[in-house]
Amino acid sequence: MFSLILRRIGIAIPVLLTVITLTFLMVHSAPGGPFDEERAVSPEVLIKLNEKYNLDQPLSVQYFDYLSGILVGDFGPSFRYPGRSVTELISIGLPVTFELALYSILFALAVGLLAGILGALKPNTPLDYIPMSTAMIGICIPSIILGPSLILIFGIWLEWVPVSGWGYMPGDKLLPTLTLGTAYAAYCARLTRGGMLEILNQDFIRTARAKGLSETRVVIVHALRGGLTPVIAFLGPAMAGLLAGSFVVETIFGIPGLGRFYVEAAFNRDYTMILGSSIFFSFLIIFFNLISDLVAAALNPRLRD
Amino acid sequence: MKLKIFGILVLLSLISSCGDNTPPVDLSPQTKILYLGNGTEPKDLDPHTVTGVPESKILMALIEGLVIRHPEGLDPLPGMAQSWDISYDGKEYIFNLREASWSNGDPVTADDFVYAWNRMLMPSLGSQYPDMLYDVLNAEDFNKGKITDFSLVGVKALDAKTLQVKLKNPAPYFVELLAHYTTRPVHRPTIEKFGEIDTLGNQWTRPGNFIGNGPFTLEEWKLNQVIIVKKNPNYWDAERVQLNEIHFLPIDNVSREDFMFRAGQIHITSSIPTEKIEVYKEQYPDNISISPYYGTYYYRINLNKEPLNNKLIRKALSLSIDRELITEKVAKGGQIPAFSFTPPDPDGYFPPTRLEYNPSKAKELLKQAGYSESDSLTFELLYNTSEGHQKIAEAMQQMWKEALGVNIVLTNTDWKVYLSRENTGDFEISRAGWIGDYQDPKTFLDMMVSDRGNNKTGWSNKTYDGLLEKAAQSTTQKERYQHLYEAEKILIDELPIIPIYTYTRIYMKHESVKGWEPNLLDSHAYQYITIE
Repeated sequence: MFSLILRRIGIAIPVLLTVITLTFLMVHSAPGGPFDEERAVSPEVLIKLNEKYNLDQPLSVQYFDYLSGILVGDFGPSFRYPGRSVTELISIGLPVTFELALYSILFALAVGLLAGILGALKPNTPLDYIPMSTAMIGICIPSIILGPSLILIFGIWLEWVPVSGWGYMPGDKLLPTLTLGTAYAAYCARLTRGGMLEILNQDFIRTARAKGLSETRVVIVHALRGGLTPVIAFLGPAMAGLLAGSFVVETIFGIPGLGRFYVEAAFNRDYTMILGSSIFFSFLIIFFNLISDLVAAALNPRLRD
Repeated sequence: MKLKIFGILVLLSLISSCGDNTPPVDLSPQTKILYLGNGTEPKDLDPHTVTGVPESKILMALIEGLVIRHPEGLDPLPGMAQSWDISYDGKEYIFNLREASWSNGDPVTADDFVYAWNRMLMPSLGSQYPDMLYDVLNAEDFNKGKITDFSLVGVKALDAKTLQVKLKNPAPYFVELLAHYTTRPVHRPTIEKFGEIDTLGNQWTRPGNFIGNGPFTLEEWKLNQVIIVKKNPNYWDAERVQLNEIHFLPIDNVSREDFMFRAGQIHITSSIPTEKIEVYKEQYPDNISISPYYGTYYYRINLNKEPLNNKLIRKALSLSIDRELITEKVAKGGQIPAFSFTPPDPDGYFPPTRLEYNPSKAKELLKQAGYSESDSLTFELLYNTSEGHQKIAEAMQQMWKEALGVNIVLTNTDWKVYLSRENTGDFEISRAGWIGDYQDPKTFLDMMVSDRGNNKTGWSNKTYDGLLEKAAQSTTQKERYQHLYEAEKILIDELPIIPIYTYTRIYMKHESVKGWEPNLLDSHAYQYITIE
């Protein structure tokens, strides 16, 4: 276990360094700069701004300055929001994105596990077909379609919930959670069903039943542990995907999360913010994959080395 | 099965039990809270460093200048200045300030204005709008670092309540210009508490730190979510203020804004999805607001590129544009075909030019220029990504092809690429738009003077520059307009820019909002607005 962690960290460092270097180069080679404005900035002012943000230095100097900044946790000032640092922007956006991802994954697990287990217990019956085909549709509908549809139905026609915001009005967290969670719920359902079907046909389940254990006990105590392995393996990447991929849902519902800051930064050529959030997202993806590997290893001894 | 039905029931009850579901707009006649869709997230709330429209809407609530704009006609109303006297030659202004205080109770003094203008003009602050004050004596020299002694600049506090301003030339629009946020005062002790006079990104604009003198105070600023301002009891005209709060919601996505309006989450939108304009004119005739806006949609021509440096070609291009077709069939938002660069101004400036649509004359000019349709000239048309620009560009492409046989290559780039290509002269024809900062033809015509940063076309005309200079020195408005008319004629004859239409402001407004009158600059003083 310990060596697994060490090995992962050993891989993570060069990966992060590559991400930083490539992003840095791409950001600086993109045409247009942070201070290109519709109302042309005078040359004198431009010189001042470049000086202030260290952009008058050669690229290599800027690169090493940036790297040494990161080592002490300084991601630099944002170019788009004067007076705000990248760290501040991330600390505003991250809790929101994290909360959204967490609710979505909980929703996905609740719905997915239930549907998956039912499907596995009554295979090839309507109880299996209906949830599973719904799941297939759920996987196929992109959030840019699902989100506005939910808004139209629940927000505008039924007037049950607000159509935009996050913690600004009561009930505004519901539609984004459903929109983001649906596809994951569907995956979860299919993975659970597959995993459970495989386990339920094994000998030790038959033994458990032969011993006269109740069906509930057989399913919950014996089958679930093995049947959920695929779901758990999926959770890590799913969590990383939810965090890094929530920007579409954030845009649809006006959620002030990190995804929106990230995309906005790219459009504004906010160099430091693009770099800061890229590094941060890479870190999250590596971290959640590691966690999910560790949990899977803990549940399944065969994966331990 | 039972479990599942139970689950669904729990979910449904969760959805329907989401608190009180009355939309905020329906509650607003009681709460007196105005919800506004406000475009993009503001960069900052410092009147001397910001440049955008969303910022200006919020600053309108927080800081008041010497004058405010009349909610209907835009004529300057007394703000911090109770009255003012203008000298006979139009070059000296004396402003008598009223008894007014900052939101912390400190009195607003003439020194606050001197300090603010000093700050605004500091070269080291890097303000992008210093030219708003360039009419003030020596202001430009100070801003460009030619002089360093601010006492030479023409603004002085004669006493705590009297402000003297000396101009370098008579400027009949000067009082109106003083309603612009860049000329508003700031609270010196607060600025100095959080930085120097020229600190960019000074933390004084954060909630809790912010001290203003406007009808509202800054209560909350949640990035990408909401900015909340509350009624300021220390405001001099607090009795007039009917609203308790205004919530400025940054909504950079038109469809989302549309949903929010329909769900009763905002009173007023900042725009309407183009495809909905026709539908809403039918469905919500009382809510849709379409009114002229002080701005022009035009195409820039790069005169450093052959053969666009040939005036005849530029004229031929302009003559083959059917502007009415564009406004009626393509833009569809009530826009007005432009016959000049400056939009007609109800206060008296009516450009004497008339851009016409005449394809046969266009063909003739092309021939005179030494080209024929079979030469199939090819130009690149640059525009930033937007459905609206795309549609207009496609219409242009077709008109130019049909009339002149000119091939147009459409280049659609993201905003920053577009700006950088325009700023470095790396284009042939490019889309542009300009909204006047104050209601005077100068905000348009001055841009085309030879060395101006926003000219971008490479066009330079000594007679034109001379006429603008003469206009600046004129003592009467009539004489001044005469020079500007001449200048505009030269511009429309030379066509370094091809005007297409005059903008309109199109948005949705809830019927409960009263006192929000459409005007040319889309400027709305919140103390005149109420919800019933």
